[in-house]
Amino acid sequence: MEDKVIIKFDNVSFAYEASEEDTAATQVVDGFSLDVPKGQFLAVLGHNGCGKSTVAKLINGILVPSAGKVTVDGLDTADDDKVTDVRRTVGMVFQNPDNQIVATIVEDDVAFGPENLGMPPHEIRKRVDDALKAVGMYEFRDREPHRLSGGQKQRVAIAGIIAMNTKCIVMDEPTAMLDPHGRQEVMDTIQMLNKERGITVILITHYMDEAVKADRVVVMDKGEIVLDGVPRDVFKNVEKLKSLGLDVPQATELAYRLRKAGLDIPDNILDEKECAEAILAALEVK
Amino acid sequence: MIKDITIGQYFIGDSLLHRLDARMKIILTIAFIVSIFICKSFPALLLMVLFTFVVVLISKVPVKMVLKSVKPIAIIVAFTSILNIFYVRGGTPLVDWRFIHITSNGVFTAIFMAVRIVCLVIISSMLTYTTTPTMLTDAIEKLLSPLKLFKIPVSTLAMMMTLALRFIPTLIDEIDRITNAQKARGANLDDGNFIERVKALVPIIVPLFVSSIRRAYELADAMDCRCYTGGPGRTRMKQMKLHPRDFAALAVVVLLIAGIVLLNIYFKAVLVR
Ligand SMILES: Nc1ncnc2c1ncn2[C@@H]1O[C@H](COP(=O)(O)OP(=O)(O)O)[C@@H](O)[C@H]1O
Ligand SMILES: [Mg+2]
Repeated sequence: MEDKVIIKFDNVSFAYEASEEDTAATQVVDGFSLDVPKGQFLAVLGHNGCGKSTVAKLINGILVPSAGKVTVDGLDTADDDKVTDVRRTVGMVFQNPDNQIVATIVEDDVAFGPENLGMPPHEIRKRVDDALKAVGMYEFRDREPHRLSGGQKQRVAIAGIIAMNTKCIVMDEPTAMLDPHGRQEVMDTIQMLNKERGITVILITHYMDEAVKADRVVVMDKGEIVLDGVPRDVFKNVEKLKSLGLDVPQATELAYRLRKAGLDIPDNILDEKECAEAILAALEVK
Repeated sequence: MIKDITIGQYFIGDSLLHRLDARMKIILTIAFIVSIFICKSFPALLLMVLFTFVVVLISKVPVKMVLKSVKPIAIIVAFTSILNIFYVRGGTPLVDWRFIHITSNGVFTAIFMAVRIVCLVIISSMLTYTTTPTMLTDAIEKLLSPLKLFKIPVSTLAMMMTLALRFIPTLIDEIDRITNAQKARGANLDDGNFIERVKALVPIIVPLFVSSIRRAYELADAMDCRCYTGGPGRTRMKQMKLHPRDFAALAVVVLLIAGIVLLNIYFKAVLVR
């Protein structure tokens, strides 16, 4: 079972060093443990400032733990000699696509990672074309990134990671700056990567409708995991989530309110269709 | 609005000039600039003008755009011409009235200088009109790569140039956003004297710096994640290759220089130094 785990946090602690304005060091996580199995689509939820981005950066060695250990496919992220291997295994997509695109032409940007890995030119070409087709941006390969929409830019950023052939992709609120259309494009891409290519996806988000599509949801609060399970089980805890300042999916919210009002509706509703059927069933009984 | 910005002044096209290797174009541009300086007789000047004309025709860049690139230097050209007319002596006197002395040499020199500067500007702008900034940076990196022997970080410098180009539209967008935000807060950016207007820029520049530094950190993280080390071992997807047409272009420019040298020898030099 152990070798099926791709990312492992073992009692990890991390604090940002004290700075001039902020004299006290900020302890973000303390004794944090988490296992992510290969091929899983994991969504991470949590209030602003609870340490989600910090956890993401700990995964591929941008930050290294002050205590405990993070391993990626068996590699210790704190090991300086392994850092390139770690980053070949886990790619990362950030919130603002403008701050992660490095080239003035789409295909040059996608080529950036493979170029850094020192791959031969024809192999890079193949990977770039493949990655751009995978995210549906192949027709835009010779455009300038600043002429694209937010969703398109974010897909280019994702293609840049796919081209590196990573086994795992960590996304830190990749849809936070996008309009609903762009969000949908990016979510479709993420699901395709997970289902068709078997890539492990860790999606940090504050959109509940995105978290619902994951295999597993982890809810964090003040650097700790407070809920962990399949979406259906996690979103049952409507009151707990609300006390953490989080929402629940709209359908779950509606079902929750109807149940409180006395209607006989199950507590594991996730989407509109389920909700409609449950309401219908409850009304027919009456 | 931001979507209309082209980085640099590239003119999208598919002419022979566009397809020439960027390294060759840079070298040929430099060779042409040299030929401008060795050109000393009127027939040689004519040959140069002819060459410039043909290059513009081949590039298919509209003449209007070419003229646009000459416009900013029009004042300099006019100024140097006037200086030359009044200060260069020798040859037949044309005007000799009180303190104004104009000679034939002065007029010739003025024309000569003006034509040279205009040709220089047109040919250099042909380089940037027909080469994308990315191709230019890549070519400069390749051409300067021998400097790596002297421990000059050529690749890193080229990467910095690419990133600078990449962020121009992003920053323009940002300035736009900050300006609007400050106007919405009642900032008056359009009125007042010079000092007042400069002062009004402070609330725009400070947030711009703050956000740029934040961007730089995020970009650095993103580049780290994609295994950029700045060290050796990086390969490139697009390899630059010289084609027969590049050598043909080289031959043409060599012929041009030879022609100018010959014409200089056979005809009387206009510029007496
Ligand atoms: N570079 C940094 N230096 C100091 N403190 C930081 C830094 N980045 C984040 N923090 C602090 O760490 C805590 C967790 O931040 P973060 O991981 O970004 O949370 P989230 O992504 O969940 O919003 C916050 O209290 C934040 O203020
Ligand atoms: Mg965050």
